[in-house]
This record gives sequence, structure tokens and C-alpha cells, in this order.
Amino acid sequence: MAELSRRDFMKAAVYFIGGLVGVSVGLPSIAYLIDPALDGATKEAWIPIGKLADMTEINRPYPFSFTRVQVNGWERTATSHGGFVIRKSEDPNDLLIINSRCTHLACTVNWVEDERVFACPCHDASFDAQGAVLDGPPPRPLDRYAEFRVSEAGVLEIFYKEG
Amino acid sequence: MWKKIFAWLEERLGLNDLQKSLLERPEPKGNWWNTLGSASLFLFILQGFTGIFLTVYYTPSPDHAYDSVQYIMSGVAFGWLVRGIHHWGATLMVIVVFIHMLRVFATASFKYPRELTWIIGVGLLVATLGMGFTGYLLPWNQRAYWATTVGTQIAGTVPLIGEFILKTLRGGPDLSALTLQRFFAGHIWMLPLVLAGLIGAHLYLIIRHGESHWPKKED
Ligand code: HEM
Ligand code: FES
Repeated sequence: MAELSRRDFMKAAVYFIGGLVGVSVGLPSIAYLIDPALDGATKEAWIPIGKLADMTEINRPYPFSFTRVQVNGWERTATSHGGFVIRKSEDPNDLLIINSRCTHLACTVNWVEDERVFACPCHDASFDAQGAVLDGPPPRPLDRYAEFRVSEAGVLEIFYKEG
Repeated sequence: MWKKIFAWLEERLGLNDLQKSLLERPEPKGNWWNTLGSASLFLFILQGFTGIFLTVYYTPSPDHAYDSVQYIMSGVAFGWLVRGIHHWGATLMVIVVFIHMLRVFATASFKYPRELTWIIGVGLLVATLGMGFTGYLLPWNQRAYWATTVGTQIAGTVPLIGEFILKTLRGGPDLSALTLQRFFAGHIWMLPLVLAGLIGAHLYLIIRHGESHWPKKED
């Protein structure tokens, strides 16, 4: 093996130690930057949205809303959510619960009784009473809260999952 | 292949000359005291990097400054490390810069032709202390708040213009959101720019004059 000169040894040592320092500083730096994106905790809850006894008419969307508080870093942000409960028959379990968040770009849709459609104010989309797209850019029907239950006190609760 | 690329780049950039004059310039016989300037430079760069990283989460508002620092310490991966390095690096930098100055003084390296290097060095010391002063307020905790109250009050004792200096530093008669915001601007924009500019001039002069030799008996 060729003899390693003192200068070459120093060079190699500097590169080696420099690389070591680079990695031990670089990796934590990346972790530091992407940390908020790695917060994978999904939050779920049963959310009471109203007494079923107050929603008597069949095929009429009853609006509801609720807020969820999220902690982002050092700040608490409240976001509101909403939707409509539609009784499809006398059967208290025969419900359609629609999320009023437009499936295009997340504006809130409103119920227009005259035309019996959900209209989105942002890009003129409309959905029928079942949430299916009639017109406009949304790629899919309005989302539904598929899981719900009625408490002993007669309060309708939906299962909410974040993320 | 690589050789060709390097030759092409070298022809246009002339980096070899730069390397010769920057990194391979002759030094007097090695002495650890002569490394303190480079150590100051390293600390400045380190503070720059960790400082930039801190601004990813830090918020300079009285409502959120304290909470955002708590969040960095306990909520973000390696936040304690980034803040810790910046915190201790600040103290170390003041010490290292100061000892660097003492060594320049002890070896009388401030004499002709290096007077300007020394004068710029004084600016560097003041700016470094300024970084410490403005940075101290940013966590917006009790210690920071009262230290700045006292510090600006002392500046206010200057005859005649003291009141004006105090109001300028605080952005008003009292410590407020304005104080925090302007200390932040000074800490992350103005003083670092001043430091970078002065360091550039300092280094230019050092390369131009070469390192002074260690004084001998006859000097
Ligand atoms: C941020 C602060 C500073 C940095 C980054 C810095 C950087 C440097 C560097 C890299 C050198 C050459 C290596 C050495 O002799 O250590 C140097 C030399 C020198 N510095 Fe500084 N310095 C700083 C502060 C100061 C201060 C506070 C003074 C004096 C008031 C000063 C006066 C000098 C002088 C006169 C030399 C030439 C020494 C010689 O040729 O032997 N510097 N500085
Ligand atoms: S967001 Fe509803 S149509 Fe675009």
C-alpha cells in the first residue's frame, strides 16, 4: 500500500469529520422542518347535531353546524363544519346526512328550496337533494356522514373523523 | 469527463486563484490564538443557520412569542437542539470575539498597516453585542422583558438625547409590541447585514495584509 502522507491523512480526516458533522446536523435539521407534516394523529368524535324529534318533515334538509378546535403549534384554531340531515322516511334510521363542504374547493353549499338543489356560491355548482352533481366543476357527489346514532335522549350524533 | 467540466468552469470562474489567495495563503507559524477570528466567523455562520431555522416557528408578537418559543422547545423535533445551539452559540460568540480582540491587542496587531482592520473590528464587537442585546428580548419571558427594560433605561441616561434614544429603541415610551417587533427586525435583518458587511471588509483587509507575525523580543 502506498504510504499515506501526513497532508493526505489530514485531508481525509477533515472530509470524514466534516461529513459526520454534516450528517448529524443535516438530519435533525430536516426533521425540524418537516415535523408538523408528520403529526399523523387523527381525531375522532361523536358529535351531537340536534334532536331527531325536531326534524319531522320527510325530504326536507335540516341544516346543522358544529365547530372543532385544533391546536396548531402555539395557536388554537376553530374550524366550522356543517351539513344537512334529510329524513327519507318515517323510520328514524332512514337518514341521509350530507356534508355541506363542496367537493370542488371546499366552499359551503346552501340549500335552495325553490329549485330543491344545493348550490355552491363559489363556482356555481349545484347538487341534487341526494348530493349528486347536477352542474359545475365538482368531481364527485357531496360527502356524507355515513355513521350516525341516536342517543337515549333522542339526540342525533354523527361520527366525525379528522384528516 | 469531469476534468473537462472542471477545466471549462475554471477557465471562466478562476476559482483556483481564489482558493490560493483564500485558503492556501501563507500563515506565520501556527498559533492557536490566531484561529479565534476564524472561530468568530464560524460562530457567526452557525448563528445565521440556527437563527433562520428558529424563524420557521418563532413569532415576534407579544401574544405568541412566548408560546412559540415553548413550542419550539417541546413541540418540534430537535427544536431544543436548534434553540440550544443558537442560545449557547450567542454567548460563546461574544466571548470568542472578545478574546480575539484581546489577542490582537496583546500582539499589537492593530498597528500600521492594520489600523482599519482594528477599527472595523470595533464595529464588529459592537454589532455582536447588539445581536446579544436584541436577541435577549425575543423569548418575551420575564427575564427578557425586564433585562430590556433596564437596558433601554440605561441608554436613556445619556445627557440631552437620552429620552430620544430610549423612545427610539423602544418604539415609544414603554416596552410594547413595537419594541419586540423592532428588536426582531434589528436582530434578524439589520445587525446581521451590518455584521456580514463588516466581516467582508475585515477579511478583505486580512487577506490583503496577511497575518501579522508574532512579536519577537526586539519588537
Ligand atoms: C464578528 C467578529 C469578528 C470576526 C468574524 C473576525 C474575523 C477575523 C479573522 C478570520 C481574522 C484572521 C485570523 C485571526 O487573526 O484570528 C481576524 C484578524 C483580525 N481581527 Fe478580527 N474578527 C472579529 C472581530 C474583531 C474585533 C472585535 C477586533 C478588534 C477590535 C478585530 C480586529 C482584528 C485585527 C486587527 C486582525 C488582524 C490580526 C493580524 O493580522 O494579526 N476583529 N479577524
Ligand atoms: S368550491 Fe364549490 S364550486 Fe368551486
